[in-house]
Amino acid sequence: MGNYFQEEIECAPIEKIKALQDELLPKQVRYVWENVPYYRKKMEAHGVTPEDIKSTADLYKLPFMSKADLRDAYPYGLLAVPLKDCVRIHSTSGTTGKRVIIFYTQEDIDLWNDCTARAIVAAGGTKEDVCQVAYGYGLFTGGAGLDGGSHKVGCLTVPMSSGNTERQIMFIMDLQATIICCTPSYAAYIGETFKEMGYKPEDIPLKAGIFGAEAWSEEMRRDIEKTLGIKAYDIYGLTEISGPGVAFECSEQKGMHINEDHFLAEIIDPDTGEVLPEGTQGELVFTALDKKAFPLIRYRTRDICTLTREKCSCGRTHVRMTKPKGRSDDMLIIRGVNVFPSQIETVLMNNGYAANYQIIVGRINNTDTFEVKVEMTPDMFTDNVGEVQARRKVLEDGLRAMLGIKAKVTLVAPKSITRSEGKAVRVIDNRKI
Amino acid sequence: MSVNQVSVFLENKPGTLNKMTEVLASHNINIRALSLAETSEFGIVRILVNDVFEATNILRENNLIAILTPVLAYEIEDKAGDLNSLLEKFTAANVNIEYMYAFAGKTRAYMIFRVNDTKKAEALLNSKGLKSLTQEEISAV
Repeated sequence: MGNYFQEEIECAPIEKIKALQDELLPKQVRYVWENVPYYRKKMEAHGVTPEDIKSTADLYKLPFMSKADLRDAYPYGLLAVPLKDCVRIHSTSGTTGKRVIIFYTQEDIDLWNDCTARAIVAAGGTKEDVCQVAYGYGLFTGGAGLDGGSHKVGCLTVPMSSGNTERQIMFIMDLQATIICCTPSYAAYIGETFKEMGYKPEDIPLKAGIFGAEAWSEEMRRDIEKTLGIKAYDIYGLTEISGPGVAFECSEQKGMHINEDHFLAEIIDPDTGEVLPEGTQGELVFTALDKKAFPLIRYRTRDICTLTREKCSCGRTHVRMTKPKGRSDDMLIIRGVNVFPSQIETVLMNNGYAANYQIIVGRINNTDTFEVKVEMTPDMFTDNVGEVQARRKVLEDGLRAMLGIKAKVTLVAPKSITRSEGKAVRVIDNRKI
Repeated sequence: MSVNQVSVFLENKPGTLNKMTEVLASHNINIRALSLAETSEFGIVRILVNDVFEATNILRENNLIAILTPVLAYEIEDKAGDLNSLLEKFTAANVNIEYMYAFAGKTRAYMIFRVNDTKKAEALLNSKGLKSLTQEEISAV
């Protein structure tokens, strides 16, 4: 099976990983207690001290942290080292409120780069590969994260950043790029552009893609794999914990292995905060076990997923997480029902439409209005009004079956929904609540 | 022989039909006949043009959805009662019409029909003595 970057830890017996976590956690809690007054106050208010944390079994005693803490402590309140020891910052996109800044020491960057290197190697990457990084570079962690991993693996790294799709394609063809890293919506867009330019999947030198930073469905994966002629791998991460590479998919593509030598994962009930047993769906919570500059303890990701320790045939022993059903930041509550954009995407792809859509939510007379704009495709178009309407109805029925509430589907012209070359803007919520 | 009609998807909002005509005009495509079916949100424009393949290609290049649809075209006298005689033959042949549109020339008139099974309908109508126009014939009108 091969394909490991750090085989010794990636395939370590579970007891060894546990022992490592049991050793790191109490140290890290003490480190944070001593260096981050904000968290120390939080622990005191919670009636817990470092002496209470002897192993991972005591983790539940610690208070949670959330995005609200990051905002309260902005910009330096959670920093555990002097600024002079920091070498980099990244920042979250700030779509759900105030921007959050995360600091990194060189050690933090190194361990993060190891994580993305593991992801690249798991996707078949070696030093022979040409790895085109089409994630945005800058404050966003996507570009820097995969760039660092690609360097560690020894790939020829092509730091394209996102956008300028024709130039992306020119570099893929001219340099015979074999790996591409970007958001799945941008991968789909690159695929579409290749097709428009008359390339067939077998003409495209790419063999693997590493895609993350937004929700995507299995259907979208199959679609991208088909158009680009590649195997598409999922990668997971969040800036608060480091960036992409907190977890990554192996060749089995049955969930993402969490790099648990660095990141300790729990699943909790998002309403009560109670820790849930393995295999139960709930909110993912992370504790960074050895980060120095910005060490978060029990950070609530808002991502809903499940964890499994079932043996993976790739040989890795690290716990696997399912693709998050949705980030609760992305989740909409429409007429009291939870709606994830990824569910809508699944229905579209199952019915022959592309994942080019926009959700528009409004409120009239205290009732939510729910409209999904879908771009018409040549395959779904006919000259017959009745037939087009019937297909639209099938789509509405599919959405209703998936979500449990009725959505109005509006068919719009191709490319009329703004394509972002970084993260796709899928939701327009006009409700004034 | 059936004739190729270009069918185009348009959003039902100001300027969309004009965008289509602008694309066609800039490539010197002449529209011979046009019919528009609309719903509250979208419309389907059906056109006969002098160069169907060029028209379809340039519409697609300009991000419009355009497909080719086979339709049957018949020529009749431009006088009272002639459409009626034509349609009597449709009835006799038991051919159902999905939609139709028409245009008149100087002396003759041209009826365009969309039917469910074009080949079968054409054969049935042929047996009633109706000969449909070819792409060349309709272009030459």
